[in-house]
Amino acid sequence: MGMKTVTFTKEEKKRRRQVEFQKNKPLYLLMSPYFVLFFVFTVLPVVTSILLSFSYFNMLELPTFAGWDNYRKLFFEDDVFMVAVKNTFMFAIITGPIGYFAAFLFAWLVNELKPKIRAFMTLVFYAPSISGGAYIIWKLMFSGDVYGYLNATLINWGIITEPIQWLQNPSYIPVIIIIVQLWMSLGVSFLAFVAGLQSVDRSLYEAGAVDGIRNRWQELWYITLPSMKPQLMFSAVIQITASLAIAEVAMQVAGFPSVENAGHTIVTHLIYHGTTKFELGYASAIATVLFIVMLGSNLLVQKFLRRVGT
Amino acid sequence: MNNANVFTRSVKWFVRLIQPKNSLNRSVWGDLVLIFALLLFGTFSAYPMIFIINNAFKPFNEIFIFPPKLFVRNPTLDNFIDLINLMADSWIPITRYVFNTLFITIVGTVGHVILASMAAYPLAKHTFRGSEALNKIIVYSLMFNATVTAIPGYVIMSELGLVDTYWAIILPAFAFSLGLYLMKNFMVQIPTLYIESAFIDGASHYQIFWKIVMPLVKPAWLTLTILSFQTLWGATGGQYIYDESLKPLSFALGQIVGGGIGRTGVVAAVSLFMMVVPVIVFIISQSSIIQTMAHSGIKE
Repeated sequence: MGMKTVTFTKEEKKRRRQVEFQKNKPLYLLMSPYFVLFFVFTVLPVVTSILLSFSYFNMLELPTFAGWDNYRKLFFEDDVFMVAVKNTFMFAIITGPIGYFAAFLFAWLVNELKPKIRAFMTLVFYAPSISGGAYIIWKLMFSGDVYGYLNATLINWGIITEPIQWLQNPSYIPVIIIIVQLWMSLGVSFLAFVAGLQSVDRSLYEAGAVDGIRNRWQELWYITLPSMKPQLMFSAVIQITASLAIAEVAMQVAGFPSVENAGHTIVTHLIYHGTTKFELGYASAIATVLFIVMLGSNLLVQKFLRRVGT
Repeated sequence: MNNANVFTRSVKWFVRLIQPKNSLNRSVWGDLVLIFALLLFGTFSAYPMIFIINNAFKPFNEIFIFPPKLFVRNPTLDNFIDLINLMADSWIPITRYVFNTLFITIVGTVGHVILASMAAYPLAKHTFRGSEALNKIIVYSLMFNATVTAIPGYVIMSELGLVDTYWAIILPAFAFSLGLYLMKNFMVQIPTLYIESAFIDGASHYQIFWKIVMPLVKPAWLTLTILSFQTLWGATGGQYIYDESLKPLSFALGQIVGGGIGRTGVVAAVSLFMMVVPVIVFIISQSSIIQTMAHSGIKE
């Protein structure tokens, strides 16, 4: 008797599942082209990399099993990794939040303008991201000889007499990397904010004015921000992943490897082991650790963002 | 007192030039800060673009002038003529590289925008078996470094026989996670009521997606178009394409850039050329965002 009931429920469950599947079939069909490609070209390589992090792999011979060895070495024997972690957190804690607020602030300022001027100003602020190779300017600026813009100016004003080797000095390198990174921060999230501000229902502002909203700050906090929660979430994820993965700017500005590892980050460490030393197992372990760090930061920030506008 | 009045009025006059008429709740001081911030940081941001434009038109002796000058004094087209001559000497005609890049960029961008939007609609507006897991995987995939996935990625490409084809660049680009995540976050804002009532009126999911959802998230897919175009336009295909006649333009131009200091002028012309096309796409899509959304926004 009891047996029968159980079988019956199982059958029933199966039938229900089929009905549900039939109902949602168009949805699955809509998703399938994207997700087939996504699993083949993104998920599969990522899963492989995580597995490789438990192996020795020099790309010439087949990988051999290493257990937790790569992770043990990373945390207990690799002093340079600790420098990289310290630098990465310092860069991320400064450039992450500032970059995020700057992206929103400028999108909001630009949104105050007439349509044509707005399109133009959006381009102006996005310029560092679209005009590839923008680092050249910063290299000219901080060039170590008397012809570098900064040295020339400071000598001109009589502040210094000898040119300073900005990009060779470990105490200046982190500051310069942070400046350049901030300057490049009006990127993907900035554009998402610009588009998001365009999608806010205009009539909410009129209604708000009637309900006693008196200035642009109240309007921002009570109407604009709550209407833009999805974009705030999106940009937070983008900003976290970008600021914890700083590498390109550091390598371009401070060189690779940089003087006394002053510009060394988790990702430059990963690139060093992956492409210079051909230790793919080790590099994969670094990528996996970074992945976990990003996940943690993301959970934290999402929790905070849920409170916006309340 | 009078001075202050003139000051307030001139600020107001300038604001009227740049701000839409119907702006509510705006104070003069706030507007002043706005203008100041835009001008200050705008100059700062526009710098590389101004630099690249000016450098491309500088004659050889001006490029190496010390101390370096930002603005060109005797503009010339020499750099572009040199570039054309150099490309004419290469044994693969330049038009071939241009075709390769245009094919990859256009097919890749259109495909990515459509496939990512198709996948985003169910994830944004419906819950079903597996939807939560898929949403999470997309976010997680943004967090894994691409350097270490390059080798497994190559193995997959060669197993599928895609090495040395355009598809080695295009197919992964179709399924970039950023696009799906962006589209999903904009689609979440569409009131569920719109979709439910269309469904009750007998519309299919395909019709809802194409006729209701996509027009409402136009700013999002126009933005995604810019991002995807920019990425693919700059793709060199380095690790997947070895056949010279299939290589994209940015690879060919990269060869020229690697040609040493004597080619600095040509490099400047190359930088301008590589920048101009994405900028045009940017301007077109940004102005269409603004045209369509100027009077609407999404209404509850």
